[in-house]
Amino acid sequence: MSETVSQEVAKAGTFKPRHAAGEELLRHLRQPFPWLIVIFTAVCALLPIVTDDVSLRESILLAAVYVTMATNLNLMIGYAGYVNFGNIVFFGLGGYVGVYLATSWHVHVLVASIIGGIFVSALAYLFGRGILRLRGAFFALATIGVNEAIRAFVTNFEPWGGATGIYLSMDAYEPLGGPMQGLWICYFLIIAVMGLSLLLSYAIKTSKFGLGLIAIGQNEDAAAVLGVPTPRYKAIVYSISGFLPAVAGGLYFFKSGIIEPTSAFDLTASIEAIVMLMLGGAGTVTGPVIGAFLYEELRGYLLVSETFSHLQLVLAGALLLVIVLFVPGGLMGFLFERMPWLRKWLQ
Amino acid sequence: MKKSLYLLAVAALFAAGPAIAQETLTIGFTASQTGKLNNDSTSQLRGFEMWRDDVNAAGGIKAGGKSYKIKFVSYDDESQGTRVQQLYTRLITQDKAQFLFSPYSSGLVATAAIISEQYGKVMLSIGGAEEKTYKLGNKNLFQLYTGAGQYLAGALEVLKQKNPKAKIAFVYEDDPFSKAVAQATRELAKKDGFTVALEESYSSGTTDFGPVINKVISSGADALLGGGHYADGSTLARQLHDQKAKLKWVTLLVAPDSPNFAKLGDAAVGISVPSQWEPQVTYKPDFGPTPAEFAKKFTDKYKIAPGYHAAGGYAGGLILQHAIEKAGSIDPAKVAAELNKTDATTLFGQTKFSTDPKSHGLQLAHKMVVAQWQKKGDKLVKEVVWPDNAKTASPMY
Amino acid sequence: MIGILASVIDGVLVGAVYGLAAMGLTLIWGVMNVINLSHGAIIVLGMFVVYFLTGATGVTAYLGIPLVLVVGFVAGVIIYWISVNRVIGQPILMSLLATFSLNMIIIGLATAAWTTSPYNVPVSLPGISIQGYTFTGTHIMAAVIASVTAGLLYLFLHYTRPGKAIRAVASNREAAELNGIPTRQVLSMAFGLGVALACISGALIATLFPFTVLSGGAYQLKSFVVTVLGGLGNPAGALLGGIALGMVEGLATPFTPVSWTPIIEFGLFVLTLIAFPRGIFSFSRP
Repeated sequence: MSETVSQEVAKAGTFKPRHAAGEELLRHLRQPFPWLIVIFTAVCALLPIVTDDVSLRESILLAAVYVTMATNLNLMIGYAGYVNFGNIVFFGLGGYVGVYLATSWHVHVLVASIIGGIFVSALAYLFGRGILRLRGAFFALATIGVNEAIRAFVTNFEPWGGATGIYLSMDAYEPLGGPMQGLWICYFLIIAVMGLSLLLSYAIKTSKFGLGLIAIGQNEDAAAVLGVPTPRYKAIVYSISGFLPAVAGGLYFFKSGIIEPTSAFDLTASIEAIVMLMLGGAGTVTGPVIGAFLYEELRGYLLVSETFSHLQLVLAGALLLVIVLFVPGGLMGFLFERMPWLRKWLQ
Repeated sequence: MKKSLYLLAVAALFAAGPAIAQETLTIGFTASQTGKLNNDSTSQLRGFEMWRDDVNAAGGIKAGGKSYKIKFVSYDDESQGTRVQQLYTRLITQDKAQFLFSPYSSGLVATAAIISEQYGKVMLSIGGAEEKTYKLGNKNLFQLYTGAGQYLAGALEVLKQKNPKAKIAFVYEDDPFSKAVAQATRELAKKDGFTVALEESYSSGTTDFGPVINKVISSGADALLGGGHYADGSTLARQLHDQKAKLKWVTLLVAPDSPNFAKLGDAAVGISVPSQWEPQVTYKPDFGPTPAEFAKKFTDKYKIAPGYHAAGGYAGGLILQHAIEKAGSIDPAKVAAELNKTDATTLFGQTKFSTDPKSHGLQLAHKMVVAQWQKKGDKLVKEVVWPDNAKTASPMY
Repeated sequence: MIGILASVIDGVLVGAVYGLAAMGLTLIWGVMNVINLSHGAIIVLGMFVVYFLTGATGVTAYLGIPLVLVVGFVAGVIIYWISVNRVIGQPILMSLLATFSLNMIIIGLATAAWTTSPYNVPVSLPGISIQGYTFTGTHIMAAVIASVTAGLLYLFLHYTRPGKAIRAVASNREAAELNGIPTRQVLSMAFGLGVALACISGALIATLFPFTVLSGGAYQLKSFVVTVLGGLGNPAGALLGGIALGMVEGLATPFTPVSWTPIIEFGLFVLTLIAFPRGIFSFSRP
């Protein structure tokens, strides 16, 4: 794993002249991987319909939200090497803006969520310019601080219901054709957001911007010397990594019918996203997907199993410890090492 | 010899078989087996379980010529909303639960209600007092508890008798339920001519009430109303005692109702609680055990006196059972129609649901009491001090 | 006026205990550049040790503190060899996750054993009352013990051989190794010491407030804030940081609703990080 990163960094040293946009797109379309993403997304969308299993839908939905969070987090951790511990703040804040617009202003939930995404991205850019001057542990701590400060603020912010949060009435689903159909629509939209996250992650990884980020992740000072505009790149990636999670937040909380500060800004969920990322393999596009699905299945199983429900936290913790200590590259890192030919197909 | 035994067994089977068809009725719910709501939720769960055991021991629920044994499917929601929807969907679609009980606490009820409504499943809400949830247009949600707005009305009545000019400090947990209670009560208090000396909310995990208590002392309040759930309420009571806050009247939500509250010793004396139910109440039930019978049975089984969460859990089961028996069917629409018509008294008191589409399922008839921890000799006892016709002791002011 | 003063004094007393909790975190951080995310869970362990000790033997909680120290130290050394040793010197993410997984394991086991119900350690000491405001004896005692422990830590780090070894490893691990200091052993000792401090602070907190298995998270966040105020890796600064935080909270509460305290707290935290990444009290390093 480290070998390839250094290869890519070497490439980053010699920045090639920019391809024309059309040529760039064509180059991507000739690769198998973007098509795999599209197929995967379509399968996720269709599976609950084909099997007519709503329980499966709920489970995939949660996994898709996790994939979105882990994948966007990967842009920060896996590419740029910045540990964003408070990543849940994007999801929660986007959720609040989205739900607020959808209920109080009767904006269509998709539009509301996208506005939420733009708002969060803009805010992240501003914050990013400040806190991205910090490195390593200092940055990680600052992101926790940002999450807690915003959580405390929202708890006291009456227009958003303060600590009570916002409850949706059944009428809120009328524009989507009632609650039953509304949930399906939210499901498809969230799956679409997941697909977009993966395409974004792939596009960034294979772009000049992405190579710049990976260079920052490897050695920030060296990257700056090589001409990577580090402060701007970092702020941009921080901002981008907030957009889709925020949109997903709007859709998810609209679907849940209630948003409150404790669940919207739950630091544990932030850390869970990191766990999924590590489980699958940071720095890869496929890793977060596998990590998120595995994690969701595992937690879901442990939670409802008679024998393990008391020990679910212990088992999850032990698994994480084993990965960190012995398989730091995650599942994808492990596979790539054993089966190098996989790299042709997966990113 | 062997053959005759076999024949005997077959005969026995046939004898028992056609008399009444034995089927299973699955009821699903999540409980907070871990997390901050653990204490209150467990007590409610015991109420459910005792009801189930009683029903099954009596041969199950009889409806439309069939008899249904009750089976529970329940999961741990970790006191968090994240998985509530997933688990309720699972309960409905995978575990084939025919009826649902709500999770504990207002926030979780609202989360679960979205799912139960979607699938048109009847859900009895036990432990979701906040009224907002019932004003969202739900059709299959039925609330057993008195709504949050009425929680502290009794405490205000007591204060009116004792000191109509009392200065009141509102100190409450920042969660949907407690906030709804406090805000509604504040308006009532203002209308009654009390002075609101202080209003403070604290976050759910608070353990250090020192700063708040100093503010209460500074405000010169005579009475304190508020609290939240078990963990924070018992802490607040203890620290009020430690810091010798000279309050004449303290009513806290939920926490003092739990028998565990007596462990606070002297700090518990004088603390009162609005209660949905107390073992001493003397309701005459239309069906099911009397309050005294229930309390005795519960105490024998769990070695602890039942609080109102336990009684509420048991009554939730009874009300559902009654509606199913009346409907003569387990068809959700028919049972919901019966629940709409319900106007009955159980050990828990009277139950009647709103049928107004704007507030469907809201509890209309159930009345609360005010209980207070008092010292009898060396022992701490929880006495009912309001309303006058139900009281077992005079309020200590 | 007296109300404000009372509020500040109360804040300072509790702040000293938070400072002690942060000291454990910051010591580990300063010596091996590891943020211990199991810090909160370890504080809870300290609480339970003192709970069971007082329950079983009936001695007062304060006499149990030396035992808490020993238990904490041993637990810390074990934890170090299981989960921390392999991630020393690796990217920060690895040590964050290693210690976080430990956090999950400890909390999971503790939940299975003791559920998440609240526990109390009954201690009562006469307090001091001034004009209706009472400073409880437990608060005063806890602040005194926290300060004494901080003083002893300072003496240990500066005037004993193992203490000096810890400081040497903290300032330059390679140089220390070249001088024949067994760095891994020293690191494990420092980790044990950090965990022991967290346990003691947990024991003290248990005498003040009730606790559950899940209480640790809140104290861990507080420790982060204190650590940042006091300067990362700076045990002396941690006590000052804790007291400063207590003072700020004490000053703020009479004028703003208490629910705004976290906004002030974390706002201050982020601003301090950006403006003074080395902390406000970073004049002396270990």
